[in-house]
Amino acid sequence: MGSHGITDKVAIVGMACTKFGEQWGMGTDDLVLQAAEGAFDSAGVGRADVDAYWLGTAQSGMSGLVLARPLRVKDKPVTRVENFCASGSEALRQAAYAVSSGAYDVAMALGVEKLKDSGFQGANAFPVPSDGTNRTVTAAAMYSMIVPAYAKRYGIEVDQVKQALARIASKNHANGARNPRAQFRKEMSVEQLLAMPRIAGELSVFDCAGVADGAAAAVVVRAEDAHRYTEHPLYVKALSFIVGDGSGVSDPDYDYTTFPEVVLSAQEAYRQAGITDPRAQLAMAEVHDCFTPTELVLMEDLGFSERGSAWKEELAGTFELDGELPVNPDGGLKSFGHPVGASGLRMMFEAWLQMRGEAPEDRRISTYGKRNLALTHNLGGYPGEMVSFVSILGTEGPTAGG
Amino acid sequence: MHGIIGFGGYLPYRRLDLSTVADVAGAGGRKGTRSVASFDEDATTMAVEAARVARRRAPDAAIESIWFATVAPPYLDKTNATVLQAALGLPGECGAYDLVGSVRGALGALRAAASQSGPALAVAADLRTGLAGGPDESFFGDGAAALVVGGDTHGDVVAEVGPWISVTGEFVDRWRVPGESRSRVWEERFGEVRYGELGADALERLWKAAGIGPDDVDHLIVTGTHGRACRAVAQRSGVAADRVVDDVAPAVGNTGAAHPILALVDLLERAEAGRTIVLLTLADGAEAVVLRTTGALVRARAAGASVAARVAAGGPVSYGRYLAWRGILPIEPPRRPEPARTSSSAAGRSVPWKFGFEGSRSPDGSMHLPPLPDEGELEPMADARGTVATFTIDRLSYTPSPPMVFAVVDFDGGGRLPVELTDVDADQVAVGDRVEMTFRRLSTADGIHNYFWKARPCRGGDD
Repeated sequence: MGSHGITDKVAIVGMACTKFGEQWGMGTDDLVLQAAEGAFDSAGVGRADVDAYWLGTAQSGMSGLVLARPLRVKDKPVTRVENFCASGSEALRQAAYAVSSGAYDVAMALGVEKLKDSGFQGANAFPVPSDGTNRTVTAAAMYSMIVPAYAKRYGIEVDQVKQALARIASKNHANGARNPRAQFRKEMSVEQLLAMPRIAGELSVFDCAGVADGAAAAVVVRAEDAHRYTEHPLYVKALSFIVGDGSGVSDPDYDYTTFPEVVLSAQEAYRQAGITDPRAQLAMAEVHDCFTPTELVLMEDLGFSERGSAWKEELAGTFELDGELPVNPDGGLKSFGHPVGASGLRMMFEAWLQMRGEAPEDRRISTYGKRNLALTHNLGGYPGEMVSFVSILGTEGPTAGG
Repeated sequence: MHGIIGFGGYLPYRRLDLSTVADVAGAGGRKGTRSVASFDEDATTMAVEAARVARRRAPDAAIESIWFATVAPPYLDKTNATVLQAALGLPGECGAYDLVGSVRGALGALRAAASQSGPALAVAADLRTGLAGGPDESFFGDGAAALVVGGDTHGDVVAEVGPWISVTGEFVDRWRVPGESRSRVWEERFGEVRYGELGADALERLWKAAGIGPDDVDHLIVTGTHGRACRAVAQRSGVAADRVVDDVAPAVGNTGAAHPILALVDLLERAEAGRTIVLLTLADGAEAVVLRTTGALVRARAAGASVAARVAAGGPVSYGRYLAWRGILPIEPPRRPEPARTSSSAAGRSVPWKFGFEGSRSPDGSMHLPPLPDEGELEPMADARGTVATFTIDRLSYTPSPPMVFAVVDFDGGGRLPVELTDVDADQVAVGDRVEMTFRRLSTADGIHNYFWKARPCRGGDD
């Protein structure tokens, strides 16, 4: 028994990502087609070359038909996966395992979400028939509980936490402003952000991820085949996924300043990839900034900051484009937007661009060319009941004889 | 000995300042206040709260039947008393019956309960509304009251129930067609005269049946649907004016079907042992009953919140919000998806949790809310108190009365639940606040009321 990972067995050889945002003119089918065709082109393959598909979507459709129908795939296995906001990462994970097992030569992972057809602002979960005792509070409100909890645990003022959160939003907006695919392309100053009206606890709308439509896709093959498709593949160094048992919400010892599922998934990924000092070894990280306090806590849970110091590091600019470890260089969920099932693959798409030198000059990470590992972190759920995914992707393939 | 072994009243937290009515409605209102059920309360939830107090004062009574009276039933066709049975954690063998539609039904509930051989719960609750600016709006209130009736073997009898006189009178004084939002009344003098005759007749028969006269009465309560008639009958009863019980709560208003029992509960919370009480109710006739308090009364009322404490603990609600809560002023709903209807079958599997608020206690002593499916023993947590560990104000979530105040509550004796707070003002919540659980109606979809529990601040008067 054991979790062994598939380090250096699989590589991403083509990726694509649609523009995220209010795509009033595009439905789920259009988004699927655009992402899939982009990824086919990127990998230099045709539809017939892909042996199996994994589709991640939280609630834009059910079954593999959501992909098979628009792509007119008649003779291939297509698996729809769902794991909250980490559905896109889950699709990639399943595709990678299938290829590494030898079952298929070429697989595609595609994530899509069409949120803006609901007619309501914000993201709304599909209601499962229930006894009516479920929480009715919004995700924003659940995550807002981090703010006073973090201030209390580390003996700082709520206003100091809010300053750090505004810096996070400001950083991600600055990055998104330089990203043509991003939903929000306007820079926001800390002062502007702090002046916004509150919607949940201390959070304003600008502390929340953008509600967006979009899709992203990746083509994966066995590592040894990667160079048949591209000169610059991205190798899968680690994939980890941890699902908590949901006991945090009812555990009196849980204090809303950490996500245990994230800590465990990061430790597992670092173990698989042989990373001992993520802050020094990673070139970049794309993390799940569904709300600004989430990113704050993630900096500590992913081991980038010491406990209780992430707020200071945010204020010091450690995680900005030119900082020590750039985080969310594409704008993150905050500014790039969060089409639920697509976000995990969108994160990998940014690693694909940045690590292979294809990111535009004005948002190129400071570490480019100096480090060769990228991290993506994708979570779903709420503080106390969460699913958490971490990938490590690298530009260096298996060493000779390795 | 057979009689009352448990008693409890409930008044909702909110008070409407009636001097603010005329500015909006153009007329109406008065000096003073009335009680206002919260947006998440109905007759059933208030009945549950009153019954919880009554049961705490009669903890050993294994109630065999529930008799629930209201003019404002949340359901027709479906029984409302079954919600009480579930929320009070009473076993399936407990009968549960509604007496719906009239104030008089409350006396029927009490009489039925008193006629049972086993312990029985009589409970009445009402929302009394009326149209904006009208007298019903200003002189009525919302509330509930409950009595547990039984014998010596079921608990300590705090008041013996003596002879009961029932005089029925068919005449139209106050009426409403089902579905209408307000009642209508005939001109006042007709009812005053008829009730005067009926009340005098009932008292005359009561003196004979009980072998007592007006001078033997220590406390006379006269309530009913016709305020002027009640005052006149009391005045002419022969009972000295200082022994006529003042209206239970001028700050509350007449609580309809709940009022006779509420007035009695309030009196039982103040009266001494060995006192003779006459409860006379004028509603489509006259119901008169003699009660005699015992020495067990003082001890019994130590538990639970008194009616007087509830009266004193009220907080304000604006007239606009009151009108919105009652549906008189339709307001723009939150632009969020409305809650889906509750699954009847899922709710049916979840009765101990959803209605009874029972958690599971694991072998290691930890409490789990909701209960774990495969471990531990169910344990009632409705009476457990807790402390706010953290909280947030949610201005996005769907609620009929935004914003939603949501707290993580740690219970005394273990267990944590993230749960909505109610009867609070968003700017007055703080970490460390003490809270207690209260049975509420979360929402209604497709006509199905979603009942569950919320937390509210512990306020003065509760032990």
